Amino acid sequence: MNANAGAELLRIDGVTKAYPGVIANSDVSFSIREGEVHALLGENGAGKSTLVKMIYGLIKPDSGHMVWRGEAYAPAKPSMARTAGVAMVFQHFSLFEALDVAENVALGMENPPPMRELAARIRAVSEEYGLPLDPGRMVGDLSAGERQRVEIIRCLLQSPKLLIMDEPTSVLTPQEVEILFETLRKLKAEGTSILYISHKLEEIRSLCDEATILRRGKVVATCTPREKTARELAEMMVGATLTPPERRAGEKGEVALGVSDLSLASPIPFGTSLKGISFAVSKGEVLGIAGVAGNGQDELLLALSGEITTEPDRIRIHSHPVGDLGPVERRKAGLVAAPEERLGHAAAPNMSLTENALLSGAVRKGLTRNGFIDWAGTESFARAIIEGFDVRTPGTHVAARALSGGNLQKFVIGRELMQDPEVIVINQPTWGVDAAAAASIRQAILDRAAAGAAVVVISQDLDELLEIADTFAALNEGRMTRPRPVEGLSIEEIGLMMGGAHGMEVAHHGA
Amino acid sequence: MFGSIDPALLISALMVASVPILLAAIGELVVERAGVLNLGVEGMMIMGAICGFITAVESGSPALGFIGGAAGGAILSLLFALLTQVMQANQVASGLALTLFGLGLSSLLGQGYVGIKPPLTGSVPFGPLADIPFFGKVLFSHDPFVYLSVAIVAAVWAFLKFTRGGLILRAVGESHDAAHALGYKVQRIRLLAILFGGAMAGLGGAYLSLVRVPQWVDGITAGAGWIALAIVVFASWRPWRALLGAWLFGGITQLQLNLQAAQVPIPVEYLSMSPYLITILVLVVMSSGRGRASLNAPACLGQNFHAAR
Repeated sequence: MNANAGAELLRIDGVTKAYPGVIANSDVSFSIREGEVHALLGENGAGKSTLVKMIYGLIKPDSGHMVWRGEAYAPAKPSMARTAGVAMVFQHFSLFEALDVAENVALGMENPPPMRELAARIRAVSEEYGLPLDPGRMVGDLSAGERQRVEIIRCLLQSPKLLIMDEPTSVLTPQEVEILFETLRKLKAEGTSILYISHKLEEIRSLCDEATILRRGKVVATCTPREKTARELAEMMVGATLTPPERRAGEKGEVALGVSDLSLASPIPFGTSLKGISFAVSKGEVLGIAGVAGNGQDELLLALSGEITTEPDRIRIHSHPVGDLGPVERRKAGLVAAPEERLGHAAAPNMSLTENALLSGAVRKGLTRNGFIDWAGTESFARAIIEGFDVRTPGTHVAARALSGGNLQKFVIGRELMQDPEVIVINQPTWGVDAAAAASIRQAILDRAAAGAAVVVISQDLDELLEIADTFAALNEGRMTRPRPVEGLSIEEIGLMMGGAHGMEVAHHGA
Repeated sequence: MFGSIDPALLISALMVASVPILLAAIGELVVERAGVLNLGVEGMMIMGAICGFITAVESGSPALGFIGGAAGGAILSLLFALLTQVMQANQVASGLALTLFGLGLSSLLGQGYVGIKPPLTGSVPFGPLADIPFFGKVLFSHDPFVYLSVAIVAAVWAFLKFTRGGLILRAVGESHDAAHALGYKVQRIRLLAILFGGAMAGLGGAYLSLVRVPQWVDGITAGAGWIALAIVVFASWRPWRALLGAWLFGGITQLQLNLQAAQVPIPVEYLSMSPYLITILVLVVMSSGRGRASLNAPACLGQNFHAAR
């Protein structure tokens, strides 16, 4: 407990919220004092987002109540929460790409001033807090870090008493995280309370005064994060001891995947074009590609999987040019790919797991004969994936959309890894997956590499890349740095490879 | 061979010819800016045409007729709103069904009204202004709805660009999830947009049956609703371009009539299909080689929104 902390700002008392089939929050209680940075810690699906949505008035609790500065608090809609002094920075940005910064800010305010005045105020606040931003720019053209600044400034313009931040650093480079923390400490010094949601333990230890740890919707512990080690916090969060993936030092073979000077216009609106990307991955090597979201990761995956074709020589598998071949031919040549978006890209939501297994496995597993489907073979392939990757599902007939995110992720990754691939390309292998499942997916990737596959892992999770990659590169605005061995890389060097703080080095000077 | 075509008459006529598609298009533009694709424009137009016609004939007042027409279109659009916003039905299928339903229902309602003359809608009395050579004919010889339709375009433009309501409407069409997260009532805003679209389509339809034709015949809209839908895309969802598009298509329609009258030796069928052919051509040219973003399409166009998340 901080001795100099202020009066109680918000108390959550026995709040419960259930959805059909799942209890998101069960009898959750904690309180936040004025000027306190309070961490809400828990894995994906622990109920953190549900809880803050109730504080922000987006959903109503089934039972329990909240107290705001000594008075009963039950916001029926977000505008009531905003009036009370609650502001929220969303995990998946609540921004409109085709509108400009000032319009986006105006949409999040109760009584926005006329546009010209608003633009001036945005400039003023952004300078005061070291978050440079041009109110006239289209949000679709901004980097992830800049988009977050839009959200933060939208909140700050309303002088909030409580600022809720839902996983704010998952899209930032290490340098941008430092700048964000400077801003948050400044706010705290001014008496603003911050409810900080994250599963990044070191951040919480450096920033937060108090922590409430949620597991499966229940409060399992409260503590002062500085007094705990990251490992203790992790074990409270997961409720089990964690074993990091095991790495076998394999022999590196000859180059299996070569990319040379790949440039490509993005097919995605507001996407990033790839500019002169070159790298080579050898058998048994794991190349980790880091980068803040929207710097060309999706485009790179599309180019490698064959969904966008290019000149033949740009991409080679075992020195055969494949740049002009589509996904099916590339699969024949030994390359499998798993995109980031599980539903709709990696898997067809309304089709069964068997059918989804067929869709990508048909070529390499020989599941079709003369144009007819070998359903028995497909079924056993699907069952093998489910067993091999511990996918929790009633059976192979279940539609892909019925699986939870983590289970579906295990299925789509397993489906690719079980095709005896020679080259593997995966974007965000453990996105939205709980810690235990993430560890098993990483282990499976490492096992494939040990068996001689060349692996490209694109991820925004730096810890993950440092854990499994042999070589490390970063994407920044469609350009890729030269891959470097992971050993001996410092976090500062990685941050600079990722583009540093995107022109914000001057922010907080002297702060 | 084009000597018999009078440019002042042609321009004046194209302004009149474009009123129904302009009204329907500006309504649909607002609907689509809110993220809803209502393919039932044709059905709402023809419902507006028959409801307006019946009201005008029964009451003897053209003004009441236009109100009735707008109401008819709006009521039919309410059905669409119920299906897509409340019951989460597929927008494309619901829109097509709305068109077919509207065509059938209007035919049924109109059975007793074939061959009747509606009360006349007069021109706006501009006095001596109408006698100015060329401009008098082009600008000051029309009925009130020609001017009203342009005023509506201006109003919609100003609403979308300058008002908070317009900003919220665009926001809902751009990202309904983000709008919901900020506490805006996505379904309610879309419902209002759909009602406006229906009323505008109905008004356009009533203009057809009360001024343009003016009598009731089955299938009086003859594809005008589809042209209106095409104009919205042609205009890349911008009001003033919709006016331009409507005049362009109105002009082509009028020109082919004049060409027929001038006895240009081309089969009539080619001329009558020309507005539609040109629509297709323009759409292909507009969409080629550029992404959705440069076309300015609302990002959530045609997607239903489920609030329970």
